[in-house]
Amino acid sequence: MASTKVVLPGDIIDTRREEDTTQQEPIVEDEATVIRLGPGLIQASEAVTAVTAGVLHSNSDTNRWWVAGNKRRYVAAVGEPVVGVVVARHGEGYRVDIGSAHDALLPLLAFEGATKRNKPNLAVGTVVYGRVVVANSVMDPEIECYNSNTGKSEGYGELSEGFMFKCSLGLARRLIDTKAPVLAALGSGVPFEVAVGVNGRVWVNAENVETTILVANAIRNSEYLDAKQCRQMVKELLEKQ
Amino acid sequence: MVAEIGPSNIEAAFLLEALKKGTRVDGRGIYDYRTLKISCGPTYGLAEVQLGQTRVLARVSCEVTRPFPDRPTEGIILFNTEFSSMAGFGLDSNRSSTQEVAISRMVERVIKQSRAIDAEALCILAGEKVWTVRIDVHFLDHGGNLIDAASIAAIAALRHFRRPDVTIDGEEAIIHDVRERNPVPLSIHHTPICVTFGFFGAAGDMLVLDPTLLEEQVQVSSFTITLNSHREICALNKAGGIPLSPDQIQRCTQVALAKVDEVNEKIQLAIKASS
Repeated sequence: MASTKVVLPGDIIDTRREEDTTQQEPIVEDEATVIRLGPGLIQASEAVTAVTAGVLHSNSDTNRWWVAGNKRRYVAAVGEPVVGVVVARHGEGYRVDIGSAHDALLPLLAFEGATKRNKPNLAVGTVVYGRVVVANSVMDPEIECYNSNTGKSEGYGELSEGFMFKCSLGLARRLIDTKAPVLAALGSGVPFEVAVGVNGRVWVNAENVETTILVANAIRNSEYLDAKQCRQMVKELLEKQ
Repeated sequence: MVAEIGPSNIEAAFLLEALKKGTRVDGRGIYDYRTLKISCGPTYGLAEVQLGQTRVLARVSCEVTRPFPDRPTEGIILFNTEFSSMAGFGLDSNRSSTQEVAISRMVERVIKQSRAIDAEALCILAGEKVWTVRIDVHFLDHGGNLIDAASIAAIAALRHFRRPDVTIDGEEAIIHDVRERNPVPLSIHHTPICVTFGFFGAAGDMLVLDPTLLEEQVQVSSFTITLNSHREICALNKAGGIPLSPDQIQRCTQVALAKVDEVNEKIQLAIKASS
C-alpha cells in the first residue's frame, strides 16, 4: 500500500483491487478473488468493516487485509498463540485467564500425548502457552496446548520456571515476528527462551535471574524504539551487566 | 467483571528468587523509587502524577458554603477518590473493595488529620461563610503503590491551587473574580508525603520501597510511613500482614526521610515549571 490509511471502528473498507475497479467486470468467486481478513476486520453482510482503530495493511499477492493497532485488552481470535494462567480446574478441563473478557477453556486432553489415563495435572496459577481454537461472540474461547492435526506439542504446553510479564498488544504482535529487532539484538548477546502470546503476555527464561530480568526489561523498553535504538539500548544493558 | 486473580506461580517464585539476590523484577534496587513525574496545570489545582505505570490525577476546587455550626471559624475540606475500572482488573466503579477503601481512607487521613491545610484561613465570615475545599483524586492506571502516588498528587494539587481573593467590608464579603484580582494560594502548614514499603519472606526479612502491583500481590506485609519536610511523622499505617520488628521500622523511617526530601523537591520543581 502506497499511502498510510488510518481506520476507526465502524469504517467500511474498500477491499476492491485497483484492476477490479477499472475493469468493471462481474467478479468471479474463485481463489484469486477470495479476500482473507486478519486482525481488526470483520465481514458484516457484504461489506468489510473495521473493529479496531489502527493502520490498515494489505498484501496484494495473497489478498490479505488487516489492521495494525495497539490496545491493552485482548479479544480472542482463532489460531493466535496466547500465554494464559490456570485459574480453576473442572471435570473436563481447566479455566485459563488469557486477559480477555472471558476465561478460556483448556480441555484436559488438549496436550501432546494426553490420554484418559495419562494427562497432565496443572495446579492453579500455572502458566500455559496455547493456541486459540474457538473464538466467537457467543461462546467462551477455547485453547489447546498441541496441534490437533499432528498431535505434536509444537512448543505449546506448560511454562515452568522463568518469568512472565505483560505488555501492550501492539508490542506483542511485533515480537511474534522472528525478525523483531529487540529479540535479534538480545539473541546475539545472551541465550534465552521466549514465548510471546498475542494477548500481551510474554514469558522469558534465561540461565539465571539477572539475565531473565535484563531480557524482560529490554523487551518492555523496546515498545517505542526503532531497530537502531533497540540495538543501542540492548548494547547498553548488556554492558551494564 | 473478572474477579482479581493473583499472580501466576512462576511470577511469584521468580520475584522471591530475585529478591533473595537483592534485585527486583523491574531491574530496580530495593530502595529505588520508580520514575516519578509530576505535572501541574494548566488550570490551578490540577496535578497529575506518574509513578512508573501508576497514574493518578488530583483536582482541587473550592466554593463558598456555610460552616458547620460546631466549628464556625473553620473551612471545610472534602476528600473524594474515584477508581476508574479502566485502571486495572478487579477495579469496579460500582462497588468499592476493601483495598480501595483502605487506600482512600489512608490518603484522606494524611491530608485532613495531619492538619496540612490551615482550616481557619479558609474562614470568610465567622459562622456565615467559609471556603469548602474539595480534593478529587482519580486513579487512572494501577501499577501498584497507589497510596504514595495519591498523596503526592493531592499535595501537589493543593500547593498549586489558587482560590479567588476576598475582601471584607463590615458584614459584606466581596469575592473577587480571578480576572479582576490575582487569586491567592491556600495556607498550607506542611506537606505530608507517604512512603510505602513491602515486606517479603516468611519473617518479612526482605523489604522493598515503592512496591509494584506484582510485588503488592506477593508481599506478606506492607507499611506506610508519612513524613513532612520538617522530618515529622504525620501517620503510620500497617494494616494486617505479619508483625514487624522495631529495627525494621527504624530502618524504613531512615529511608523514608531521604525519599520525602526528594519528592518534595520534585513537587517544588513541578509547581515552578507550571507558573
